[in-house]
Amino acid sequence: MKSYGKYIVEVENLTKKFGDFVAVDNISFNVKKGEIFGFLGANGAGKTTAMKMLTGLLSPSSGNAIVAGWDVEKNPEKVKLNIGYMSQKFSLYDDLRVSENIRLYAGIYKIPGKEIKIKINTLLEELGMQDLRKKLVGDLPLGWKQKLAFAVAMVHDPPVVFLDEPTSGVDPITRRQFWEMIYKASADGTTLFVTTHYLDEAEYCTRTSIMVDGEIKALDTPENLKQQFEVDNMQDVFVKLARGL
Amino acid sequence: MKAFLAFLKKEFYHVWRDPRSLLILIGMPMVQVILFGFAITNEIVDAKIAILDNSKDEVTQEISNKILSSKYFKLYEYLSSKDQIERAFKKGKIKIALVFENDFSQKLNRNENPKVQIIADATDPNTATTLINYISSNILDYQTKYLKNKSGGLEVVSKMEFNPQLKGVYLFVPGTITIILMLISAMMTSISIAREKEKGTMEILLVSPIKPLMVIVGKVVPYISLALINAVTILLLGVFVFGLPIRGSLLVLMLEIILFIITALGLGIFISTKVNTQQDALLISLMGLLLPTIILSGFIYPIESLPEILQYVSHVIPAKWFLIILRDIMIKGTEFGLIIKETLILFGMMMFFLIISIKNYKIRLE
Repeated sequence: MKSYGKYIVEVENLTKKFGDFVAVDNISFNVKKGEIFGFLGANGAGKTTAMKMLTGLLSPSSGNAIVAGWDVEKNPEKVKLNIGYMSQKFSLYDDLRVSENIRLYAGIYKIPGKEIKIKINTLLEELGMQDLRKKLVGDLPLGWKQKLAFAVAMVHDPPVVFLDEPTSGVDPITRRQFWEMIYKASADGTTLFVTTHYLDEAEYCTRTSIMVDGEIKALDTPENLKQQFEVDNMQDVFVKLARGL
Repeated sequence: MKAFLAFLKKEFYHVWRDPRSLLILIGMPMVQVILFGFAITNEIVDAKIAILDNSKDEVTQEISNKILSSKYFKLYEYLSSKDQIERAFKKGKIKIALVFENDFSQKLNRNENPKVQIIADATDPNTATTLINYISSNILDYQTKYLKNKSGGLEVVSKMEFNPQLKGVYLFVPGTITIILMLISAMMTSISIAREKEKGTMEILLVSPIKPLMVIVGKVVPYISLALINAVTILLLGVFVFGLPIRGSLLVLMLEIILFIITALGLGIFISTKVNTQQDALLISLMGLLLPTIILSGFIYPIESLPEILQYVSHVIPAKWFLIILRDIMIKGTEFGLIIKETLILFGMMMFFLIISIKNYKIRLE
């Protein structure tokens, strides 16, 4: 594994244009190791596009991004090995059993055969899903699926995990459990990069950035942001920013 | 390699866990062969015939017997008047009627050209034409022999090469193999890749370290196996149930089949790079591949009888070349040396589709 300094994600002047439309406009920020980095914005603000550039799914129009010590443009293969990714859409295979899904991604991320078995067991134990290992994923409730998808995204213990709106469409209790998993991963030293449009979730992040029209309009801890905008919750911070006040 | 094996295993699970599709994929070819073999046939057997014999002499009797003794015709009845013919046709009792004028043999002996009339039910023109041709040739045959006894003359000797019994299986087994292979290889591959796109799992695979080429190869391997199983099943059915010969080299035949399967897979991958949903993949495969394969390959309609412009279009249909190869090897027993041209054309098409589809396969979403 490559060593990296204080920052595990370094973004400099990153821009993405689709024709005339500028989806991401010259953004720069750094993410510290072990942080839960919130990436907020309305639908269409550019957060998914930005995340796709960081995970190598889209190539930037200009600017640089270093993820886990590797340049996303020059060494996308190295980046891929060192990140986990959970997309907006549910990303496991419904017609595969729980254990088969884990085994698949463990195989794709080149985890040695002997370790895979142990990995599956610990993973299922942590999720409390030991009894469900033989069940088809399609038969699980959505909340369980999402938790499993998160665990699978981290099956290869990547230093940084990207979560693209992981909690959209799940019930409040599962959302709570989900955030507990995120906290636990963060405590274990994993960096988490989370996009969301639930503003209460922004409060749970170490630092939060807010994107409006492709630009990062604010970036700080939730506490500082609330002070700076003289409001008492993130909802109001967001509304103030979005209205351009 | 490990990543590839993990992926390949998953692909086999997909195929295996969908028993309905699997049943269709394995069962459909058999049903098709059996249907084509027993039900849909253009051989004519026991067509009902009525005969109005106005002279009832030894010549007309001999001609009638000659016609009735073939398996193509079965006597409905001997009629006694002209208006009975019309009625029998309208009731749908007969397909064809034969009328001899009176004093047939006397006129013949006096070299007066006696007349025999053939009336056919042309609601089905193809059958009518076949039946009329058959009766005419029988009468001509009789005439030749008759004249020969007297003075000598021309004799036509015809031989149906490669398929003397004019069996339909010779036509439909190669055709069915072609359609099934095209269907399974191209359609199933394109649907399977489109499904990953539609469900969003393609995104995860693109973010993962697995190479895009490995994803494609992993996608096609299960369908190559399925297509091969089907090809062998149809061949076995053709040979053992319908008595189809395989006169050429079995090895060359199998290699050509594999070549065609890979060509079809290339087409399937190409389609999948252009669509985002399973439904689109299905529609495009059906409209864009299946129909041309059936209509323009020469399976059902002879290419020579297509309008000229469609004849040119048929050149770019891989199935057309494959069908020529199949028929040559199986039925004519042609050696490889004589089908090199067709093989090379197919090979060129395969390379073309594989190269453009791999080029089109997006490593990044865009």
